[in-house]
Amino acid sequence: MNLFCVGLSHHTANVETRERFAGDAETECVLRDSGCAEALFLPTCNRVEVYGTAERRVSTEEIARCLSRNIDKDLSHEETAAFYRFEDIKCVRHLFRVASGIDSMVVGETEVFGQVKKAYESARNSGAAGPALHRLFQRAFRVAKQVRSRTEITRGAVSVGSVAVDLAQKIFGNLAGRKVLVLGAGETSERTARALVSRGVADLRVSNRSTERALQLAQLVGGAAVPFAKWRDQCRKIDILITSTSSDEQLLVPDNLAPMLCDRVDRPLFIIDIAVPRDVDPAVNEMDGVYLYDIDSLQSVAEQSLALRRQQVAAAEKIINEHVDDFQKRFVSRSDVASCLRDKATVGDSALRASEL
Amino acid sequence: MGVALRAGIFRPTRFNFLAIGLGFIFQSAFLSIRGHELHRCPLTNLFEVLIFLGWSVALIYMLIGPTYRLSLMGAFTAPLVFLIQTLALLAPIDVRHPVKIPANPWLEFHASMSIVAYGAFALACVAGVMYLVQERQLKTHQLHSIFYHLPPLTDLFAAITRLLWWGFALYTLGLASGFFIDAPLPRLQVVCALGVWLLYAVILQGRHFRRLAPTRVAALCIVGFAAALTLLWGISFTAQMHSLP
Repeated sequence: MNLFCVGLSHHTANVETRERFAGDAETECVLRDSGCAEALFLPTCNRVEVYGTAERRVSTEEIARCLSRNIDKDLSHEETAAFYRFEDIKCVRHLFRVASGIDSMVVGETEVFGQVKKAYESARNSGAAGPALHRLFQRAFRVAKQVRSRTEITRGAVSVGSVAVDLAQKIFGNLAGRKVLVLGAGETSERTARALVSRGVADLRVSNRSTERALQLAQLVGGAAVPFAKWRDQCRKIDILITSTSSDEQLLVPDNLAPMLCDRVDRPLFIIDIAVPRDVDPAVNEMDGVYLYDIDSLQSVAEQSLALRRQQVAAAEKIINEHVDDFQKRFVSRSDVASCLRDKATVGDSALRASEL
Repeated sequence: MGVALRAGIFRPTRFNFLAIGLGFIFQSAFLSIRGHELHRCPLTNLFEVLIFLGWSVALIYMLIGPTYRLSLMGAFTAPLVFLIQTLALLAPIDVRHPVKIPANPWLEFHASMSIVAYGAFALACVAGVMYLVQERQLKTHQLHSIFYHLPPLTDLFAAITRLLWWGFALYTLGLASGFFIDAPLPRLQVVCALGVWLLYAVILQGRHFRRLAPTRVAALCIVGFAAALTLLWGISFTAQMHSLP
């Protein structure tokens, strides 16, 4: 019995190629018809993979054909060359890495864990995944949870919007009750405002040169529109300012901000300046209680988080290696991984399912 | 000590709190044994003062930490307790000397209350360091691993304020009770103690009337605790010189 994984991902294929082999709901059935004893189809944002067990070796080309069965013409050599194949213990290691987010485009992303779980549940419900894949995937879920809790691989935001929200929470703690002013109703400020609303901000004000656009955005995010001529008055009351106007001049400089800060010595002001050219003089960041982040600094924080996550890969790999070794000792001391997995799982399979699911 | 060090990891878990709690039980047992042996509050030399200070820091942490959800303060508190205890154990300061003044409840109340207040000031200092570390990273946009483990700035500042108020109230109580002791106290000690009290009064006044920015309050907490520690060392040193409790 052969345990294998065949697939393509952002490492080996561009999005057009991945789209061609996206598979569909029937893929697992087709795979079983082509000789797989068990099959699990895993489509995620950046990968399409098939995990399976088979009595005879099912070739990569056969799997590729199953995935692209809606395409009439024969597959070219270039197309099939994008596929990778892992067998037995290498397949085990690969799945553990995928489920832990190490193999993802954004290292440490947690969405892939949900996608693997969903794929497994779908295959189990359809009967395509049997005892061997059950045991393998249950262990993968355990590994992914351990990697998440024992390392910092998921730490820190990696997109501009989520970085802004994370920073706001680091300054203010709970965001409920915080007042936010969105100055300039651009797309990025809208996204950031929405992210803040999703974390509990209820008092949101929008000011824009075009009153119509301000009203429109205010309605979208559940806030109130403020006339552009009066945005400065708001600075005394707000906690967070998101600015993205197309003004050629700097709207906030230390001289005009200082009087607004007089009666808010113990209340920090977080300014997110995503305008290019910038709306806020960088010197404002030197003022007590003011935290200014422009688009470059937000980007830099996102990169730092990503770098921090990459540093954690070694620690995550260590956990994975421990599990792979343990898995190997338990199931692969005999060369036939899939048979061993199946045999082990078949004994008391129902009890196992109840305890592990 | 090992237990306290173990609690210094940057991941807030129930174990950290239990570790500090366990250390606190050992400290309490030691102070209790020493107290029974001396038939008075064990504050007769610098060694006992430091152990009592470590005990006070742990006590205030256990009271304040969970209340204000600042369990992570343990990561900073544990090394501080470890440092104080190590200093007490390694330095040759556990010197027994004849105590001339008989046990006096006012003196014991004054000394113990003042040291518990020092515990609160020590934690305010710890929270101040955490605040400044967090603030510096936010200002410079250089976020290191520790950034993600520190509590939010506003929570830390609220904790600093509360710790300062607690410490100040206890210290005032300790200081006031000192005036009821029927024994002459060195004038320099009294002046210095009033100086420390005044320093904390100024910090709190600046905080209350919003005249001091949070970063300055945090920095002054460190200065204040350094001044308080110097005073404590001075008192213990002169007490030993004159064989006073």
